[in-house]
Amino acid sequence: MRLTFFGRLRDAVGASELQREVPTEVADSEALRAWLGGAFPELIDPKVRIALDDVVASGAVPISGVREVAFLPPVSGG
Amino acid sequence: MIAAEPIDPAALLDGFARATAGVGAIASFIGMVRSDDGAVSALWLDHHPTLTERAIAEIAESARARFEVSAVHITHRVGSVGAGEPIVFVAAAARHRRAAFDAVDYMMDRLKTDAPLWKREQRGDKAVWIEAREVDHQDRARWEKTP
Repeated sequence: MRLTFFGRLRDAVGASELQREVPTEVADSEALRAWLGGAFPELIDPKVRIALDDVVASGAVPISGVREVAFLPPVSGG
Repeated sequence: MIAAEPIDPAALLDGFARATAGVGAIASFIGMVRSDDGAVSALWLDHHPTLTERAIAEIAESARARFEVSAVHITHRVGSVGAGEPIVFVAAAARHRRAAFDAVDYMMDRLKTDAPLWKREQRGDKAVWIEAREVDHQDRARWEKTP
C-alpha cells in the first residue's frame, strides 16, 4: 500500500511517501492510523485526516482494495 | 486552479474583467506572502495532487451557488513563494457590489480552513509549518450562520 504524507507530516515521518505491506488484521483507516502510529505518533492526532484513494474518510472506513492512503494534517491555505 | 509558477494578479484580473464584460461589479483579493519585517524570506506551499484542485473547485462552485454572482475565479500558488510575492488571487463578478464582496470574502475564508494546502515559512535557517489560526476558523464559521 502506498502511504503519502503532507505538510508537517512529511517532516514527522521523514518522507513524503512510503510503501508498506499492511497486515490483514489492520482492516480500516483508523486501525491503519493506530498501526502506523506506533512508528509515527504524529499520525495519532485526530486532527490528521485520512484520504483513501483520494476520498477523505469519515470515521473508520475499510481499507481492503485501497491502493493509496494520504495523511492530511490541519491546513493553512489562503 | 493551482499554479506552480509565479502569478501576475494584474493580468489575472484583466482576463477576468474581459471574460465578464458587462457586469456591474468586480471584487478581487490578492494575498501576499508577509515578510514579518524581514523575518520570513519565503513560503513553501505543499498540496495534494488531486484533493487540492478538487477542493478549490468546490469552493468556487459553492460561492457561485451561494451568492448572486455571474462568475468567480481562484488561483492559488503552490511550491516556493518569496516574501512580498502574491500567493492567492480571488475575484467575483456580480450585478451589484455586495454579492461580489461577499463571494470573495467567503472564498478566502474557505481557502484558509478547507483547502488542502500547507504553508511552511522559512525564517532564517529555520523552517516552520503553519496551521490555520483560531480567528481563521471563526471567520469560516461566520458563513455557517446565514443560509
